[in-house]
Amino acid sequence: MSNTDFILAIEDLTVSFDGFKAVDKLNLYVDKNELRVVIGPNGAGKTTVLDLICGKTKSTSGSIKFKNKELTKLAEHEIVRAGVGRKFQTPSIYENLTVYQNLEVSYPRGRSVWGSLLFKRSDDVMARVYKVAEEILLKDLLDMEAALLSHGQKQWLEIGMLLMQEPELLMLDEPVAGMSAKERDQTAELLNRICQNRSVIVIEHDMEFVKKIAHKVTVLHQGKILAEGSMDKVQADEKVIEVYLGH
Amino acid sequence: MKTLSDKLLGGKQGVLGLALLALLIMVILPLGLDIFRLNLVGKYLTYAFVALSLVLLWGNGGILSLGQGMFFGLGGYCMAMFLKLEASDPISTKIQTTPGIPDFMDWNQLTALPWFWEPFKSLPFTILAILIVPTIFAYIIGFAMFKRRVGGVYFAIITQAIALILSILIVGQQGYTGGVNGITDLKTMLGWDIRTDSAKYILYYVNALLLFGCIFLSRYILTSKFGMLLLAMRDKEERVRFSGYDVSDFKIFTFCVAAMISAIGGAMFTLQVGFMSPSFVGIVPSIEMVIFAAVGGRMSLIGAVYGTLLVNYGKTVFSETYPELWLFLMGGLFIAVVMFFPDGLAGIYQKHARKIPFLKRWVAEEKQKQTDAHASHGKVGTKLGAEA
Ligand SMILES: Nc1ncnc2c1ncn2[C@@H]1O[C@H](COP(=O)(O)OP(=O)(O)OP(=O)(O)O)[C@@H](O)[C@H]1O
Ligand SMILES: [Mg+2]
Repeated sequence: MSNTDFILAIEDLTVSFDGFKAVDKLNLYVDKNELRVVIGPNGAGKTTVLDLICGKTKSTSGSIKFKNKELTKLAEHEIVRAGVGRKFQTPSIYENLTVYQNLEVSYPRGRSVWGSLLFKRSDDVMARVYKVAEEILLKDLLDMEAALLSHGQKQWLEIGMLLMQEPELLMLDEPVAGMSAKERDQTAELLNRICQNRSVIVIEHDMEFVKKIAHKVTVLHQGKILAEGSMDKVQADEKVIEVYLGH
Repeated sequence: MKTLSDKLLGGKQGVLGLALLALLIMVILPLGLDIFRLNLVGKYLTYAFVALSLVLLWGNGGILSLGQGMFFGLGGYCMAMFLKLEASDPISTKIQTTPGIPDFMDWNQLTALPWFWEPFKSLPFTILAILIVPTIFAYIIGFAMFKRRVGGVYFAIITQAIALILSILIVGQQGYTGGVNGITDLKTMLGWDIRTDSAKYILYYVNALLLFGCIFLSRYILTSKFGMLLLAMRDKEERVRFSGYDVSDFKIFTFCVAAMISAIGGAMFTLQVGFMSPSFVGIVPSIEMVIFAAVGGRMSLIGAVYGTLLVNYGKTVFSETYPELWLFLMGGLFIAVVMFFPDGLAGIYQKHARKIPFLKRWVAEEKQKQTDAHASHGKVGTKLGAEA
């Protein structure tokens, strides 16, 4: 495939687990500064697509190009360093560390063994931690052990840890799961702010939330794309109503 | 911002702990014990190096090695080879068939020094070998395991198997290694008799200084970003990997440092006790060292030293009176610690030290300072925000 303007171009991507195709000849293109939401019934393969992009699962065939760079052959940490950040479905933070430490340890400097041994907590690092902490509404809890945060705050913290790395593509797997209505609104605002200068892929089941953030929606079903387009268009799609929204 | 001294000493609480330990090891024990018993303490303190290495590797890194004895042994054997060669000069070995080679080689019909013994005639080479041979060994094991993402129980079992193989190899290759008896009858180092009382005092203090050196080194590692990453990896390895870190590199490095620290302990053992044998290489000593670290508190560098001293003191007392019961007692102790005091002695100390009023105030002050720093920064942030 020739070079494109897409930040992410997935073509003919397939992964099969013992013959079961969790993702089947998938084509997906994401623009720069786009916020894309991926929806679909349980087991549709949404999480698996993110796993494939970030290298957690190796594809059976197909290609994933990020800024025209092939990702399928790279190791996980190389994909991150190329500019792809990923939040897991269950909040994945360092429970034993404080909020501050969680953020600082995610700062993209001192990533090698020697670099981390010589890493200095300089003013720019601190400034960045405070800025991100403010963004994710945890500014007043910097010294709190992360284990003590509420479920919603843990979700924010993980998003914050990704923001520390300033990824060009941010992938969030069900970021508002377990959040209160108010927290959902705050998260929607947060996402609308942070997608100003980067692309974001969000997997979500909460349709109210999706409406607030989505530029474009992709509906996944049995590893294939069922529909794609604006929220209104997708909601009106008969097939989508049948397999997903109708329930 | 943390200064270097802060990093090495570990803040106020760390200074207090270090000072108490230094007082005990450098002053109280040497004054209170005769040289025979002090030498015994010196021997125990060489195990403390291994316990220390396990605090890094297991307590902080979550990587349990059940084969640290092999690194202790490798360091010890390197030292012993040098001392043995010095003790085997042609004059003192003139009754042998081949004078000038170690006695056990002669008994095993060797007629020349094996090639890999040759360089151990040099002390500088030996010191380098003590530090580097175990580290390279650890690197090879670590690379093979961690790059393949072998971890947890599998790693523990594999290290145990390697320690076992190494001890069997040493026992089997009698002509090259002294076999099951080990390398014995060590006398002098560059002409300095290591068996005299004065030498034992000096070696005790050298050992103590090296131990503190290793504590400082470990502290530095643990208080750096590297240490924070170790904790993070122990908790959520995937998250660390997907934050752009090559997790295996960090594990390999930690394993190598742990090997090197253990090896220094082994070399000091040989110097102070005067021999090295395969009984310090295999599974049993390796597991004993894990128990020392667990009793002391697997997260605490200083706790590891106390744990080692305490368990070994208990061993000496009990094994004199009830030798056959000791192993059961030790097993029971391990189970009890893991079940009821997962943070070991250090955990108990921390829980109760907090209740001593002046300590409480002292440490609280420091915590407050940190919180203030964050709070003031926060205010700056909002102020700027308001202006903008
Ligand atoms: N490593 C794996 N081995 C075998 N099967 C797998 C593996 N990973 C995922 N699957 C299967 O692939 C399918 C898609 O799973 P996936 O987790 O991507 O669904 P999802 O769309 O994220 O669902 P949910 O909304 O419940 O999170 C499921 O049937 C799942 O069981
Ligand atoms: Mg999922």
